[in-house]
Amino acid sequence: VLLPMHFTSRFRSITSIQHHTINENCKTNLNIFNKILSIIRLILPTINIFSSTKSVIKQTKNLSNPMFKVFSLNIALALLATSTNFSPITAFAMESSTATAAKSYLANIPEGPPDAILGIAEAFKSCTDENKVNVCVGAYRDSSGKPWILPSVRKAEERLLADPSVNKEYAPIAGDAKYVDLALGFAYGANADLSKIAGVQSLSGTGACRIGGHFLAKFVPKPEGMDKVPIYIPNPTWGNHMAIFRECGMDIRRYRYYDSSTNRLDYNGLLEDLKEAPNGSVILLHACAHNPTGCDPTMDQWKAISDLVKEKSHYVFFDSAYQGFASGDAEADASALRFFVNEGHNLVLAQSFAKNFGLYGERTGTLSVVCNTPEEKSAVMSQLKLIIRPMYSSPPIHGSSIVKTVLTDEALTKEYYENCKEMAERIRSMRVKLVDMLKSVGSTHDWSHVTEQIGMFAFTGMNSDMCDELTSKYSIFLTRDGRISLAGLNDGNIEYVAKAIHDVTDGKKIVT
Amino acid sequence: MIFLRQATQTIVHRVAFAAPVSAARSSPFCNAVASLATVAGSSVASPFHAASPAPCHSSAMPSRGFADAATVTTEQGGHSSPWKNFPMAPPDPIIGLTEAYLNDDFPQKVSFLSLRKNESDVGIFFRWVNVGVGAYRCDQGNPFVLPVVREAERELIKEELDHEYSGIAGCPNFVNLALRFVYGEDCVPLKEKRIAGVQTLSGTGGLRVFGEVLAQFGHKHIYVPNPTWGNHIPIFTNAGLEVKKYRYYDNATCTLDFEGLIEDMKGMPEGSCILLHACAHNPTGMDPTPEQWKEISRVAMEHNLLPFFDCAYQGFASGDARKDAAAVRMFVEDGHKIALVQSFSKNFGLYGQRIGALSVVADTPEEALRVQSQLKVHIRPSYSNPPRHGARIVGKILASEEKTNEFVEQCMGMAQRINSMRSKLREALESLGSTRSWDHITKQIGMFAYSGMSKEEVTALREKHHIYCTLDGRISMAGVTSNNVEYIARAIHDVTERK
Repeated sequence: VLLPMHFTSRFRSITSIQHHTINENCKTNLNIFNKILSIIRLILPTINIFSSTKSVIKQTKNLSNPMFKVFSLNIALALLATSTNFSPITAFAMESSTATAAKSYLANIPEGPPDAILGIAEAFKSCTDENKVNVCVGAYRDSSGKPWILPSVRKAEERLLADPSVNKEYAPIAGDAKYVDLALGFAYGANADLSKIAGVQSLSGTGACRIGGHFLAKFVPKPEGMDKVPIYIPNPTWGNHMAIFRECGMDIRRYRYYDSSTNRLDYNGLLEDLKEAPNGSVILLHACAHNPTGCDPTMDQWKAISDLVKEKSHYVFFDSAYQGFASGDAEADASALRFFVNEGHNLVLAQSFAKNFGLYGERTGTLSVVCNTPEEKSAVMSQLKLIIRPMYSSPPIHGSSIVKTVLTDEALTKEYYENCKEMAERIRSMRVKLVDMLKSVGSTHDWSHVTEQIGMFAFTGMNSDMCDELTSKYSIFLTRDGRISLAGLNDGNIEYVAKAIHDVTDGKKIVT
Repeated sequence: MIFLRQATQTIVHRVAFAAPVSAARSSPFCNAVASLATVAGSSVASPFHAASPAPCHSSAMPSRGFADAATVTTEQGGHSSPWKNFPMAPPDPIIGLTEAYLNDDFPQKVSFLSLRKNESDVGIFFRWVNVGVGAYRCDQGNPFVLPVVREAERELIKEELDHEYSGIAGCPNFVNLALRFVYGEDCVPLKEKRIAGVQTLSGTGGLRVFGEVLAQFGHKHIYVPNPTWGNHIPIFTNAGLEVKKYRYYDNATCTLDFEGLIEDMKGMPEGSCILLHACAHNPTGMDPTPEQWKEISRVAMEHNLLPFFDCAYQGFASGDARKDAAAVRMFVEDGHKIALVQSFSKNFGLYGQRIGALSVVADTPEEALRVQSQLKVHIRPSYSNPPRHGARIVGKILASEEKTNEFVEQCMGMAQRINSMRSKLREALESLGSTRSWDHITKQIGMFAYSGMSKEEVTALREKHHIYCTLDGRISMAGVTSNNVEYIARAIHDVTERK
């Protein structure tokens, strides 16, 4: 008498053999074996096992082909095995594996979530719509939508190749010291006292944030009652910030930054939240061209923030990814950072040359800590190296060599500043044009926030549903927080994009 | 009060001379101890005073004499700096060596780094030798960029490629070629597309990423050989794993401790991850024989261990890239779901480009994709995506049969020079009448000679003869040249023959 579900499921489990345990010779045989069994499985509930076993054995005797004889016998044994639950029989029936099936820990690994930003870039790549527009990743594009290699960068590369003394040796753990000094000079100013600033080369901005995060998590005294160092991150911010600081073991907290009811900086909310934070918290600030909102505090607002930070003994962590690229003026873009240094903050700075030098994929940046004495700088340097060495030993030299070559040469530096300005101006022209275009296609929304914003992005105020519609209906790829990378716009697509934005926002609110 | 002082002293003593642990773990504690010392009002020296060494990697000793730990002052500056209580961390036992070597201001020195071809006759005058870091040097003692690498770069610049971000997993073309290089074209899992691969920041980066993944998915510890590359321990400790050791080298006989190895493997909990050096074990240069590898594979299968290969010297160890990958390929054939980290620093001479790959052999293509996604989850908050340049160079070379052949030849050239230096060093030592056995120098494989010198001998070598090697007696044979081999042999003979 048969018990259908019970038998079929057990039968299925013993007949589904993982192919990896079986060597090649047996694989094809087993495929046939499994196929036969699967047919039997279908009819199993309707037949009696013992009689069917008997009949299979009877059939086996009639078979001439020895291979089929073996198959049949195996089937008979398998049938028997389902009824007796006698594992040696099962094992024997399943014999053909040469190795024990070690339980693969890999089998339990779930699919990881795709990265919010880079995942969208991948989706753009695989999209086949000829009208597709990529306005998600913050990478500069020229007016024909192509990546642009700065002429000063190209010249530097050619020089490096032609120089026989250039080799591929390991950089020190802290990176190329000459490069670091030039990079810090670029950020802190030509007159900065580098003898008190501990700086290391990093893997662009991400790497710098990671090193800085580990450093602060280790050495900042924890506020009372806390077992992790808190870091206050603006809301919203670059998506990767949270993951980075979480990996550093910090306690992630948000402070209000953007007022979506006005599409402007939520200045009072910001001050309130920083005031409420426990004394001695780490505060993450975007040095200029806040990502994604493009809303920066004014100089007066920066002053008030600095005073409040001092009052609360907070630690400042500046993330500077757009110096020179925000306004076109590298000195102006560094003014908030330099102001804070002058005010005496022992700040930490993450610097990236991905955008402003167009060196995205070469992973070029720095992490620096403003100390009070050269001795402190020395101690801090040694601790930063302890973080770097077990992470990747030493940084990649190509990008840093390029930056070094440019910044050591007066003519190249001058050319670089011009190239950078060119990028910033094209982006600004796209910003203005987008708003004009939106008006001309009939949008009645107040887009003035877009005009006022700074940097590579327009933080439109569109919600995630509108963004999804833009992507699915128009193949316009942007991040779901409504952030558009203006660098992806050009005369060829701006009208298309403006019309699409108008379509998805018409009659709906872009403020909340 | 007395109790507090005694307790403080005990704690300080323990901290200062503790068994090596990750500095990361000890520092917050150290800060607490510093404040305790102040409270107790005792005159116990701060644990971070120059005299006491801070804990560092277990395979190297505290860097007394190397560290220049300065006490931190807060006299200057406006408000009190957040960093004022920082201890000076010990310099890296390997890379710190180069820094010390560069700071050595021995008056009669001639920098051997600046020796050019026509200056080789001044070899007799030079006085300091860096045989610490494992970076190849040509016979003139200069860094060496492979001609095929230069050729590839020249072609690349003509192509006017951009510097755009590569994906989190890096350049797919490079990854495919890198995997083919190590696993071989005939590798079944590779053909079936069930090997998850990502570009990494050379070997270190790959080890760290996989360590973090292991920790995330429940692994508490990892087994590394004793001894091993010094940086393995902080890499895995910072990844969140406890590092345990299995017997590997018998110091007394200067050979592989195979029985100890197998015994320790059998004692590992099921499912444990065991780190294996694919070839040219660093620092000992002692590799298992093919028969021994077979047995290791069998025991690993029996005990359901996860083999994790660190492959930094493929092609560079014996000169034959296929031979150097034999252990890896054997394990894959035997059905292990290995994880593997490849570095292209040494064999392609691309050290500073930080180019490598991490791969995991899975059951199915679908599983491989899932695993890759998890590797990416750890890469993104670490450095987002890997550097392009080195990947492009390797890709260009491995994609062309002609260039690959040139590479193999040039790599073999490096390996052969190193082997000839091994013979020369041994000959020189024997001809000086050394009573010690030096045959392990020619028996060992790869870039390093595990000389068997003691800490004291190494220190004497450094202080008296200005020869810099790591404290475990590991000599980078790549730093030995026909100009300095006699000098080195005389120096080693001098410090070892004292006994």
